[in-house]
Amino acid sequence: MNPEELFLVELTVNGNPLSARVPARRLLSDFLRHDLRLTGTHVGCEHGVCGACTILLDGKPVRGCLIFAVSVSGSNVTTVEGLVNNDGSLGVVQRAFHESHGLQCGFCTPGFITTIHAFLKENPHPTEEEAREAIAGNLCRCTGYQNIIKSVLRAAELIDSGVRDDH
Amino acid sequence: MTTKSFGEPILRKEDPRLVSGQGRYLDDLGHEALAAAFLRSPHASARILDIDVTDALDVPGLIGIYTYEDLEGRVAEPLPLLIPHPALLNGRTGYPLANEFVRHVGEAIVMVIAEDRYIAEDVVELIKVSYDVLQPVVGIQNAKAAHNAVHPSVPNNVSAHSVKEVGDARAMIKAAPHKLSLDLFIERSACSPLEGKGVYAIWEEDSQELRLWSSTQTSTGVRAAVAAKLDLPLQKVECIAPDVGGGFGVKIMHPWPEEVLIPWAARKLNRPVKWSEDRREHFISSAHERAQEHHIEVGFDEEGRILGLDVTFFHDNGAYTPYGIIIPLITSTQLLGPYKPASYRVEFTSLFTNTVLVIPYRGAGRPQGVFAMERTVDAIAKYLRLDRTVVRERNFIQPDEMPYDLGLIFQDGRPLEYDSGNFPASMAMLKEMVGWDNFETMRSEYAAQGRKIGIGVACYVEGTGVGPYEGGFVQVETSGRINVATGLTSQGQGHQTVFAQIVADELGVPIEDVFVTTGDTRRFPYAVGTFASRAAVMSGNAIALAARQVRDKALRLAGEALECDPHDLEIVDGIVRVKGDHTKSIALKTVAVLSNPLRYAFDESAKAATQFAVGDTSKPPVPEDQEPGLEGKDYYSPMASTFANGMHAVIIEILPDTAEVKILRYVVVHDCGRVINPMIVEGQIHGGVAQGVAGALFERMAYDESGQLQNASFMDFLMPYATEIPTVEAGHLETPSPLNPLGIKGAGEAGVIPGSAVFASAIEDAEGFEIRRMPISPSELWELRRTMKENA
Ligand code: FES
Ligand code: FES
Repeated sequence: MNPEELFLVELTVNGNPLSARVPARRLLSDFLRHDLRLTGTHVGCEHGVCGACTILLDGKPVRGCLIFAVSVSGSNVTTVEGLVNNDGSLGVVQRAFHESHGLQCGFCTPGFITTIHAFLKENPHPTEEEAREAIAGNLCRCTGYQNIIKSVLRAAELIDSGVRDDH
Repeated sequence: MTTKSFGEPILRKEDPRLVSGQGRYLDDLGHEALAAAFLRSPHASARILDIDVTDALDVPGLIGIYTYEDLEGRVAEPLPLLIPHPALLNGRTGYPLANEFVRHVGEAIVMVIAEDRYIAEDVVELIKVSYDVLQPVVGIQNAKAAHNAVHPSVPNNVSAHSVKEVGDARAMIKAAPHKLSLDLFIERSACSPLEGKGVYAIWEEDSQELRLWSSTQTSTGVRAAVAAKLDLPLQKVECIAPDVGGGFGVKIMHPWPEEVLIPWAARKLNRPVKWSEDRREHFISSAHERAQEHHIEVGFDEEGRILGLDVTFFHDNGAYTPYGIIIPLITSTQLLGPYKPASYRVEFTSLFTNTVLVIPYRGAGRPQGVFAMERTVDAIAKYLRLDRTVVRERNFIQPDEMPYDLGLIFQDGRPLEYDSGNFPASMAMLKEMVGWDNFETMRSEYAAQGRKIGIGVACYVEGTGVGPYEGGFVQVETSGRINVATGLTSQGQGHQTVFAQIVADELGVPIEDVFVTTGDTRRFPYAVGTFASRAAVMSGNAIALAARQVRDKALRLAGEALECDPHDLEIVDGIVRVKGDHTKSIALKTVAVLSNPLRYAFDESAKAATQFAVGDTSKPPVPEDQEPGLEGKDYYSPMASTFANGMHAVIIEILPDTAEVKILRYVVVHDCGRVINPMIVEGQIHGGVAQGVAGALFERMAYDESGQLQNASFMDFLMPYATEIPTVEAGHLETPSPLNPLGIKGAGEAGVIPGSAVFASAIEDAEGFEIRRMPISPSELWELRRTMKENA
């Protein structure tokens, strides 16, 4: 058997342009986690259901475990690490999770944060029901979601009050 | 004054790291490590005839293929039976890799090590195993019938049998004015943490040392087990639990086969090796819980007082019993909850089945026991046409009867004695919060719109903080940084915050200066683990005791430095000062320098310390009964568990056409003694309730008759999303525990325990017919409705 053929992928990750050679079957989630060492993107199921691997592809939330790294050449990828403000302070959704006790073990959290970040761009003033719907594609086993919903509303409030968010 | 932080909703210290992607979970480590993948049994019961690796051998990147035949020394022996018990007559454990027989789908047969996980999985695909497939035993009915045996040496499939009696329940029931019998069933479910298990090991050839990381609830347990298996001195093995993505019980088991095999391979190959469990593996090769079948006989008087309760139940323990029979033991003892039947008999039989093994899942046998007890109380109320809460109140243990000895032995081998609790007060609060007394008005209002609603109630008592012990270490660095360590592990409970709160208060330092490490045997080698809602009680108290030692030492040294009586001193914001005369003071970090008389002024604190003359020049610099360093270590080992309690009520609506259950309100009253951090306790309740809802309405393990788990993915196993989980309204009572210095009780499991019971109560109330099996899906409820109508 021959070693696997490698393909060139060129993309921007968290604002940094980069290129790499990867096997055709390398999942984007594995590429980010193990090749780029951006381990904030988590893998909870690898079959597209839990949402822990959610990243932003050109601003839209997608599941990193359902996409091959080679297929995102030319795109802009943002991971949870990329949502930290440029001065190192927490981004607004991250801060809202901290303030609202929106996480326990934290394993699902990056997927929620990326999802909510994109959602609030579309709907900056969600109702509680809209906030619930917005996170209804992500699984969390620890929190019972109550404080995650609170975090969505808190993030919206922080944005309104003009709190710094670079992304 | 330093702001008091015990009892305050302090934001978590672990969060900034975790929300910014800087957490380090097991699979975030060891990017260069070799990867392991396992070939697992596709059959529930089979004899392995042959393993053919021919096609697999020339895959580039393959490092090694291992079967049982390759295992050496104690690695080839059966895995340990961790918790033996006299009632466990036929305990059985598996091997790290199957030795001739496989007894459940998912049992590991071959381990493949390769340059990366993709290659390792390719190799697994190319290995051919031939089997002689045997008739499996699936489900409690088949296990009882025993036409086939899971283990040939146990022909009746019975691993354990136990009978406990307090009074003569059978005679009391016979003589009782009223009797009822009930048959109940609870289905399997599983912890399902979002992060599966995982192990990463590095062998240091030069020093002959093993360092391993495991996504575990007990790093000390894993360390000891691995050292024993690999025949290494304990001192040569260190185990670290990194950030762990949830546990809920499944990660307290140890050693898992992979926890033995990965370190073994790392040493053999002298290369770092890592294995991360995937979701399917977690479903079929970790563990489940919950399946039990109960038969109940109960005798009671006109008032609904229980005179005799006789419970016979069967427990499905899966293919092996490495964790003993903790679950049925807990069910049998905690079933009674807040009630005091005049007599009680409980008999259980634990059965082998050809399914993945059964170990505690949050609640650990209590949800089943509470379901049995609460169904019984509801049945009595219905029979006597009494309000369900009235029957409960009449059977409650009263506050003035505390401490209350139930006459049973608890899971920790100690007498089952409730230390404190005020059940009538809890019930009054619950009724008030949920509007129990006005519910009939609400029911008619809904009925007028053609809507059907119901209300349910369920109570529980939970033994928490079981021994034997935990320890705590507290150290003041000369920089003013406070290091705290305890051996048990964290999986999201916020230990870095709550333990820091305790130390901040005990020591009088800002919480920002306190840094807590858990689950690292290099920092604290003696520990039991995180389970049974014990972490806050056990380590919390141990750490408080250690902090008090540090405080005493600091005051004594500061007293010498300031030439005053230590009793006149206080510590505020990290400064030791004379009460009432704040000009006389010394920083705690300077005291740390004084405690360690070195000759080098290497930092600012050291320089500052030189102005104080300490110690008696007639004595050595470190007096005989003392140690250098401003640090302390202590252990907490309680005489008995402390008992938390709570009551839940739920109001549901059942849709007429689809029989879907909609949750209108979910109310919780709980009492876990003094609360360190109410925000964190509430979070635990929310998460527990979510798992309770899940277990009552959604989650089950769908095994077919051949022992295949049909729903081994998140696609098919219905773990609820946010749209299925209600907003929890919580009320708090704080009855301090008299058993420990901080007066606290555990809170971790509480939320999940009454889940099935409270929903069964509400559904029965809405529909009018008996609910005896949980979980219940809309189609099952719809079907029940149809048959009830037909029979009517
Ligand atoms: S890991 Fe991608 S959705 Fe679960
Ligand atoms: S915080 Fe643990 S899974 Fe969500």
